[in-house]
Amino acid sequence: MGISPVIWQFLVKWLTASALFPREASTIAPYMDALYVFLVGMTITGLLLVGAILVTFSIRYRKSVHPVATQVEGSTLLEATWTIIPLAIFLITFVWGALLYFRIYNPPVNSMNIYIVGKQWMWKAEHPGGQHEINALHVPTGQPVQLTMISQDVFHSFSIPEFRIKREVIPGRYSTVWFQATTPGDYHLFCTQYCGTKHSAMIGTITALSPDDYKKWTQGSTSGTSLAQNGERLFASMGCNSCHSGNAAARGPNLAGVYGSRLQLTNGSQVLVNEAYLRDSILNPSQHVTAGYAPIMPTYQGQISEDGLIDLIEYLKTLNTNYRVQQTLTTSQSDQAAPPASGMVKP
Amino acid sequence: MTTHNLVRGSNTIINLPDQSTAEIPKRNFISNEHGLLSWLLTGDHKRIAVLYLISITFFFFIGGAFAGLIRLELLTPQPDLVASDTYNKFFTMHGVIMIFLFLVPSVPATLGNFLIPIMLGARDLAFPKINLLSWYLYVIGGTLTLTALVLGGVDTGWTFTTPLSTHYLNTHVVTTATAIFVAGFSSIFTGLNFIVTIHRMRCPGMTWFRMPLFVWAHYAASILMVLGTPVLAIAIVLVALERLIGIGVFDPTKGGDPLLFQHLFWFYSHPAVYIMILPGMGVISEVISTFSRKRIFGYTAVAFSSVAIALFGFFVWEHHMFIMGVSNYSALVFSLLTMLVAVPSAIKIFNWAFTLQKGSITFETPMLYAFGFIGLFTIGGLTGVFLGSLGMDIHLTETYFIVAHFHFVMVGGMLMAFLSGVHFWWPKMTGRMYPESLSKLAAVVTFIGFNLTFLPQFILGYLGMPRRYHAYPPEFQVLNVLSTAGATILGVGYLMPVLYLAWSLKYGAIAGANPWQATGLEWQIQSPPLTENFIEIPIMDHEAYDYDWLEHKTQPEVTTVG
Repeated sequence: MGISPVIWQFLVKWLTASALFPREASTIAPYMDALYVFLVGMTITGLLLVGAILVTFSIRYRKSVHPVATQVEGSTLLEATWTIIPLAIFLITFVWGALLYFRIYNPPVNSMNIYIVGKQWMWKAEHPGGQHEINALHVPTGQPVQLTMISQDVFHSFSIPEFRIKREVIPGRYSTVWFQATTPGDYHLFCTQYCGTKHSAMIGTITALSPDDYKKWTQGSTSGTSLAQNGERLFASMGCNSCHSGNAAARGPNLAGVYGSRLQLTNGSQVLVNEAYLRDSILNPSQHVTAGYAPIMPTYQGQISEDGLIDLIEYLKTLNTNYRVQQTLTTSQSDQAAPPASGMVKP
Repeated sequence: MTTHNLVRGSNTIINLPDQSTAEIPKRNFISNEHGLLSWLLTGDHKRIAVLYLISITFFFFIGGAFAGLIRLELLTPQPDLVASDTYNKFFTMHGVIMIFLFLVPSVPATLGNFLIPIMLGARDLAFPKINLLSWYLYVIGGTLTLTALVLGGVDTGWTFTTPLSTHYLNTHVVTTATAIFVAGFSSIFTGLNFIVTIHRMRCPGMTWFRMPLFVWAHYAASILMVLGTPVLAIAIVLVALERLIGIGVFDPTKGGDPLLFQHLFWFYSHPAVYIMILPGMGVISEVISTFSRKRIFGYTAVAFSSVAIALFGFFVWEHHMFIMGVSNYSALVFSLLTMLVAVPSAIKIFNWAFTLQKGSITFETPMLYAFGFIGLFTIGGLTGVFLGSLGMDIHLTETYFIVAHFHFVMVGGMLMAFLSGVHFWWPKMTGRMYPESLSKLAAVVTFIGFNLTFLPQFILGYLGMPRRYHAYPPEFQVLNVLSTAGATILGVGYLMPVLYLAWSLKYGAIAGANPWQATGLEWQIQSPPLTENFIEIPIMDHEAYDYDWLEHKTQPEVTTVG
């Protein structure tokens, strides 16, 4: 009699595919694995210790050899020991974990930014150069990449196990994560937050390319216009430029150079202008009125998609002068209306 | 205690009355009244406990059936057994039923209901009618859940995450939310009843530090039930209102905050973990003491660690949200508090282990389950430290690692404790013993099946397999097959007790009042107890777990009435 072919196949499969770790493909991965090895060690030690105590006492003090129990009330020394030692180990874990957390969630200043929009059930990636990808993301190795992510509908979560990173993708709010890929290759992208019917199909492939290959890829995959260029068209077609023209008499504040600056608001508070602030002041303008201006801007809630918002933000980030704003204004006034740009939600 | 048990070489403490003459006492809480109405309108805490035991067992097997279907689907990487929506309903129903209709009421509503008044020397809980009402609310909640199930189910996941649950699903969310809302009140009433009973109805001499640790654990859990459950009720009502009239509390386009729901939800649902596990820990304290003939090592530390868990348990909820864009600095605080809440559990483990020292240990079924509990809970607890550690949590959360972790705590810990307790007090509740060798086999089968099911899931989680996935990449298949194989064994382990316990109701050996030679007040009265528990309210004149007192007790079994 031989081994059943099914079991045989299963055994072979097990022996060849019995990985205990995912590949280490980012600069974070070795740090994560080091902490994991420490914690696994802690668990096994703790388990062996408790197991050894149980087994030893069970053998030594089983009823057949130790028929009468001796009462012991407790021992402050012993109890202090097993309070303080676990506490110390847990505190080490806390500090170690906190350092790793801050490392993963605080991007280096020189990182390149890619936008991710999650929606039921796909991932859209928007590169600054105008490359769009669905359920795929091409990134260079050796370069920190920051992802600025937002969801169009429900909570999603962006997870790349081989990079050991994960971040919730939240409706109505940007969240960020960064990584630096080390090894070229294809890696899993999973949505890990349950998001409805096709949750398990909201997956994709992360392709890490060497810097040269990445350059070739960006050149071969561009859609022709960058995000900022798309944003400029939106800025004109939605009529933003009529108030934010940069003229001294304009009804809205001058937006050239506004990104990264500190603004004084009418309610007295000061804010740092970042992506989240720009997005929110387009959607909820009445809550973010710059000092000296009237709260007359209408909300654009429901009139512009997340992709469109990203285009506008990228545009505002690059806006250093109002020369082109005013040029566009003159042109669009003579032409009556600018052509609709992608990203505008049609009524 | 009869002398033959002191003979060297004996390896059991089971001490049954002479079977040729023994009989079940004619007057007891079961024989007292007859007919269905005498059960459905009872105020007797013991009868209500039996009602609860039957209902939660029913829901346990429904929830278990869904677990079986999930594991069957995951046997292959392709989504080939059922459609995705159906799979999503499976894991939602599994979670909702197991958490709200099994784990939360499991030990408190059955064993706690039955035992707390007796352990305190009282005739009943403080509010018998509220106790009965709590069972009816549970049944209404259960029925509503089944209604939602029959009408087509619900696929929100047991966490009801907004805005998925409020705007993107067309299943029976409001029905299920109502079910959980109603079942929540049954939990609040049970907790309220326990707190009042423990404060006001202890018999003369029963000081706080003479109470069995089972009662301490239930006291801590009751505080959590009473303070935590209303927050869940609020969160779930807001979800229903959002669906019905669109109030917008969780809707960012109306100025709401989608994360707020998760804060509210976990403010209950993390303490709920302790609601589930603390009563189980109480069971383990009783069992370990009885089968090692020792007072629990460091009684005070174990009692206070229960209370510490209850207090700290309220301040760690954000550790479910570390990756969700919460402030990095608030995450620091919650991670630190999470590390602190792990310490009382560690203390308990070591105190139980050292209770065995210099004891006289035997290994009857409840003790085997208790050993299983300690081992599995140690793994469950320590893997919780992984998840409380901020950086590690990023990689592990929302994967099978977390599934394995909470099943080790909830199933490996809580369910083992529940089975330990059911086997321990079964003779008290029914007056009869179950077949000991068969029940030991069931304990071992459960332990093996459990480990085979959930150990592979830790590895799957570190490899990155997300939870709630209907389909998965083929390289994860081997570990999933192992897990499914384990679940099959586990299922056998859970079916066995149902069969032999049912058999024992008629054919089991007569247990007598105190088959385990245990010290608790409940063992000093007849089995099954009288409706009024005690003919005369007892006077507690000794510490808990005083085996010397038991040995030198002059009065034989008290309050047996022919």
